Amino acid sequence: MTAIAKSIFKQRWIWSYLGMIAVWLATVTFTGGKGGAEIITAALSFATFTVIVGIGQMFVITTGPGNVDLSIPATIALSGAVAMKLMGGDNSMLLIGIAASLACGLAVGLFNYMLIRILRIPPIIATLSSSFLVLSTAISYGRGLKVKPPQLLADFTTMQIMHVPVLAIFVVALAAFMAVVLNRTIYGRSVSAIGQNMRAAALAGINVERIRFRTYVMSAVLASICGFLLAGFSGGASLNMGEEYLLASIAVVVIGGTSVAGGQGNVAGIWGAAIFMFLLVTMLNTFGTSAGIRLIMTGLIIVAIITIAGGDKPQR
Amino acid sequence: MSEKGEHIVALTGAAKAYGAVRALAGVDIAVAPGECLGLVGHNGAGKSTLMNILAGTISSDSGAMEIHGAAVAGRYSVAAANQNGIRCVFQELSLCPNLTVAENAQIVHPSLKGIGWRKRAEALIVGKLDEIFPGHGVGGDDAVGDLSIGKRQMVEIARAFTVTDRPLHLVILDEPTSSLDAVTAGQLLRHIREAVAGGLSCILISHVLGEILDYADRIVVMKDGKVVAEKPATGFNRSSLVAAMGNVVQEARIEARLKAEKKRGETPVVVSAIPQKQPDGRALVAHKGEIIGLAGLASHGQTATLLEIYRAASKRQVRTQVDGPVALVAGDRQSDGIFHIWSIARNVGIRSLRSMVRYGLIDPSAERRMADEWRDRIKIKTPDMDDNILSLSGGNQQKALFARALGSDAAIVLMDDPMRGVDVGTKLEVYDLIRAEAERGRTFLWYTTEMDELNNCDHTYVFRSGRIVADLSRDELTEEKVLQSSFEETA
Repeated sequence: MTAIAKSIFKQRWIWSYLGMIAVWLATVTFTGGKGGAEIITAALSFATFTVIVGIGQMFVITTGPGNVDLSIPATIALSGAVAMKLMGGDNSMLLIGIAASLACGLAVGLFNYMLIRILRIPPIIATLSSSFLVLSTAISYGRGLKVKPPQLLADFTTMQIMHVPVLAIFVVALAAFMAVVLNRTIYGRSVSAIGQNMRAAALAGINVERIRFRTYVMSAVLASICGFLLAGFSGGASLNMGEEYLLASIAVVVIGGTSVAGGQGNVAGIWGAAIFMFLLVTMLNTFGTSAGIRLIMTGLIIVAIITIAGGDKPQR
Repeated sequence: MSEKGEHIVALTGAAKAYGAVRALAGVDIAVAPGECLGLVGHNGAGKSTLMNILAGTISSDSGAMEIHGAAVAGRYSVAAANQNGIRCVFQELSLCPNLTVAENAQIVHPSLKGIGWRKRAEALIVGKLDEIFPGHGVGGDDAVGDLSIGKRQMVEIARAFTVTDRPLHLVILDEPTSSLDAVTAGQLLRHIREAVAGGLSCILISHVLGEILDYADRIVVMKDGKVVAEKPATGFNRSSLVAAMGNVVQEARIEARLKAEKKRGETPVVVSAIPQKQPDGRALVAHKGEIIGLAGLASHGQTATLLEIYRAASKRQVRTQVDGPVALVAGDRQSDGIFHIWSIARNVGIRSLRSMVRYGLIDPSAERRMADEWRDRIKIKTPDMDDNILSLSGGNQQKALFARALGSDAAIVLMDDPMRGVDVGTKLEVYDLIRAEAERGRTFLWYTTEMDELNNCDHTYVFRSGRIVADLSRDELTEEKVLQSSFEETA
């Protein structure tokens, strides 16, 4: 093996891409080469949303053990419902809808952080309980409503250039930007430092609370963006549209090579993992497996990928 | 050396490499019953690696091992070491912080089980603490994480000496006194002699050469992963020992430096701190360019005062005023200093990121430059600053933390007993560096439990029970005075 190949295989994120390719090949082999390109287009479309929330979740998880944002699904629901209702399908209200959606994310993020900081509630409990409050708000606000998104938004979220979803291109750019934020900015470095040793980080001159605050707010804002786009993509907001993103956001982070113990984040892997997750379900559907087998297989394959990729060799 | 077969344990040709770093290059070592073997050498000489092999926590790449004259067959492990009565007190403490002192004692004594094990474990460990460290002030149901590093060290040491069902033959002590103050260190060393007189064997690793010369029967000197000298302790004196380690004693230089007296108070005050428990208004005062010592027995409010000063730099405090950016050199490096996932370079650079930013992004070449500059200046022993921080020996990790603080923009550097596990040669170099930086206007606040280090300070404050009980100028500073102030209450 050449040195370059070796260094590539040392990267933990590479495994999510290898899994993605393997699953796609298996599917295409099964169908005899039919539908390979369509599957990729669909995977890109759906993975886009997982990636948006996965990035926020990745930063949260990287701030250390116990940090996780469980309010993502509720934020998605609230943001989608508020934005769709405000816009009422009117293109001219698009900017107001975006602003409202971002405001939702900002509010949820602030609230989460307030619970964690002022009331000293562990993040996992704080974000879980706030998600109940947020979801209740979304339910009472968006009761019985199925408002269509403005045509412009619907067109934008489903637009494709040569079978590549435009939204996916934007989110690839977002991921690249966030990778730079993680690896090359003081903020990113601080997140990693806090995740390894919060006490040492504070003693090395890092403002720990400011960093945690920004991270939780960012996660919620990304979730609200996801909710806004998802509502546009699926022809209107529904209160349960965020549901699947609770586990998906965590799974893509972990499969993508981010350390669950904190301190070591990875953006590139999130994309690979999100596509992998979609293709995995597609593959099992293509094979015609029953729902039970499908869940078992999904679980086993995820465990396998994490075991291979997460070969965290103890140092020294 | 005693004859073959009489050894508690004997290693021949032990070698171990971590990647490109050769920690051990073929070492022969043997310990006889009832012997205290002293082991000295520079940071990264391979002492800790050797001890880890004996303790079973790491396995050697090559070499043979005999225990009680019988070759060790198969995999040697911590359990096997324990089985054979070999215990180790590690430099990086190995107690579980979330468990109590008694529960930690039970971990190495699986025979403490059934109803009432907790009581028996408590009796065992507290009894041993009483025996070694009278007046230790540790309770059996204290959570280890709440204890100061000195007390944790005492528990770890006492635990190593406890005996239940299996006989104890050899206790390995890796830098046991580095986190202890003068009094408890003395208690430990006396206990070692008693235990050795009773037939137990000890391996004592220390950078305090006086301890080794006074308390060891035989001394082994290591350098660059090899044994370079081995003699009865009587065959060495301080300077021949230092010479064997590969250093020329630089005491003359220290003397010369001490003569360069400065008048106090000619520069502006940069730190003024009244400890939380201080009943009067007595404050610790540091002027620009001074080196201020914080002395006294371990954990009597020195660290707390330093942390208070650290906080005051970013957030206004009532009792503490600080004028200028502050950096801290942690003494308890595992919990206060090291970022274990990162490379050495990143660990060094974290405090100075702001100066490395260009167009909003951290400039990797600036980080590289800082890392390389400090590798040379403070002599961090590594082939590559991009290697993981944990690939360094304990003392070299400490140097990286020094580099982090000294390389930063801090005008005031707080040092929390930072020389734990640092060898003599490095200490002298760091003292020089601190001197030079102080002359350039940096202020140092230096908590230390070692008298030698106080001699580097312009002014010393002695702490007892969280209060300042004495301040001594350099002329007034003597070991007697420091000890006397530390104990005034009981005296």
